Amino acid sequence: MGKHDFVYFFQEGVKNMASHRLMSVTAITMTVGCLLIMGTFTLVAVNAAMNLSTLSNSNEIVAYVDEDWTEQQARSLEERLLAIPNVTAARYITREEALEAYTEENPEEELFRDLDPGIFRDRYALTIGNLEQISITARNVERVPGVAKVNYYEELASGIITARNVAAIVSATLIGVLFVVSMFIISNTIRLTTYDRREEIAIMKIVGATNGFIRWPFVYEGFLMGLIAAGIAFLLQWGLYEAVAGAVADSDTQRLFQILPFRRIWLPVLGTFFGTGMLIGIGGSLTAIRRFLEV
Amino acid sequence: MIRLKDVELEYDNGTKAIQGITLTIEDGEFVFLVGPSGSGKSSIIKLLTGELLPSFGRVMINGFSIVNLKDRQIPLMRRTLGVVYQDFRLIEKKTVYDNLAFVMRAVGANPREIKDRIPRILHLLDLDEKAKCYPLELSGGEQQRVAIARALINNPSTVIADEPTGNLDPDRSMELMRLLIKINQMGTTVVVVTHARELVNRFGKRVVTLDEGLVTHDAVGRYVGGRRYG
Ligand SMILES: Nc1ncnc2c1ncn2[C@@H]1O[C@H](COP(=O)(O)OP(=O)(O)OP(=O)(O)O)[C@@H](O)[C@H]1O
Ligand SMILES: [Mg+2]
Repeated sequence: MGKHDFVYFFQEGVKNMASHRLMSVTAITMTVGCLLIMGTFTLVAVNAAMNLSTLSNSNEIVAYVDEDWTEQQARSLEERLLAIPNVTAARYITREEALEAYTEENPEEELFRDLDPGIFRDRYALTIGNLEQISITARNVERVPGVAKVNYYEELASGIITARNVAAIVSATLIGVLFVVSMFIISNTIRLTTYDRREEIAIMKIVGATNGFIRWPFVYEGFLMGLIAAGIAFLLQWGLYEAVAGAVADSDTQRLFQILPFRRIWLPVLGTFFGTGMLIGIGGSLTAIRRFLEV
Repeated sequence: MIRLKDVELEYDNGTKAIQGITLTIEDGEFVFLVGPSGSGKSSIIKLLTGELLPSFGRVMINGFSIVNLKDRQIPLMRRTLGVVYQDFRLIEKKTVYDNLAFVMRAVGANPREIKDRIPRILHLLDLDEKAKCYPLELSGGEQQRVAIARALINNPSTVIADEPTGNLDPDRSMELMRLLIKINQMGTTVVVVTHARELVNRFGKRVVTLDEGLVTHDAVGRYVGGRRYG
């Protein structure tokens, strides 16, 4: 029965696709949509997760020490703070150090140049483990006697967490639905081709073609549709990503939210798109031709 | 070799098309299969190609037992056969050349073999000029010859033709029969289903007559029986 005649099957697959241009375009468009939505939500989730982990690296709870406490008393707080769950490190900052850091960060504010360190308070910078627990941890810190006030970026953290969770849920649901829909449309397109070519298929069977031989062009047809869809979706995703990244960078002047550059993620994106596209395409063709090849 | 033993065939709707036929056709034989309409001729051909399985009995074709055939072996069995249908079943969207190339491709021939063989078969059937034509641009006789070319292209050991002269005038039918005899003389077993009594009588070959799903005559020479023919 010979080797796998790649060139022949490929050509036949292309012919099949060309014989139903409108259906093929529709099937490819649906698959592109599926991949794009999947890709977009996944990338949002990935970026949110990345920001969460960098935030928890750098983000701190600042615990201000009661003004009435002496430095010695203040320093003795360290042990109690470290005992709070989710607090992984505590760094003591005197009011002098705080002033220094402040003037360094705001050099243009001449007014404050000769500030009395007395207006600052001694404080602890607390590093936390799990950012999602930050508000609970902050409340625990606040309860420690000697802590007058705490400060942390609650909103940013919870915003990112929500974005990540929503993106994850939406993408999981949508991916499932769109995957099935795309596969269904590809399958119907291929079923049309098999119907068009039923005479040829009958003759091929009569002269003794193997089922595999008859099947391959349709598998290639689906495979090609998946491949084309993956290529188009990748380019669109790229454009979309750059546009969104640009817009975020423009509006987020404080650089609170970081976006992974596309050049660092293009390979997994491309790989996932091609993998999923091929899965949809080949799955679609196999559902289409499963039944019609008996005897 | 073709061997039918006590073969019965009942269609899903209960029609008993074959009611118990035992028949042997040796390699290299030429056999006419005749009989009135509805006597079961086409049904026998469907049994020979493996399109249908007998409800009872055994069918052996060129070393394959149809009843016990594994799915993977069906194509191998079919490659020993060349089938010609009354309605040709040519692919209208393909040229004569492509109609032949495509069935060679289907059994794994490579492009060089295809380029070698098609002109020779076209020449054998006097179709040299028609390679680039589409089936609908051909006369009935030419289409019939293309159908035969397609049956021969993969070098089968047995050619089966179901009413190959059905659409042809008497001269054309005569020519076609001569061609089938030539093919037979080249070593191919030939089974021809036909209504053409004149032709059958002229060639002095083995004639198997069916009636109501049974073999009523099996003899060399003439078309016997067939009262019901006009
Ligand atoms: N697919 C089918 N389903 C049910 N009955 C069928 C089917 N095909 C044929 N028959 C019946 O089987 C019997 C034999 O039919 P068959 O086609 O073998 O006859 P035939 O000898 O080829 O006739 P003809 O000379 O008209 O072609 C007929 O009674 C026919 O009605
Ligand atoms: Mg018939």
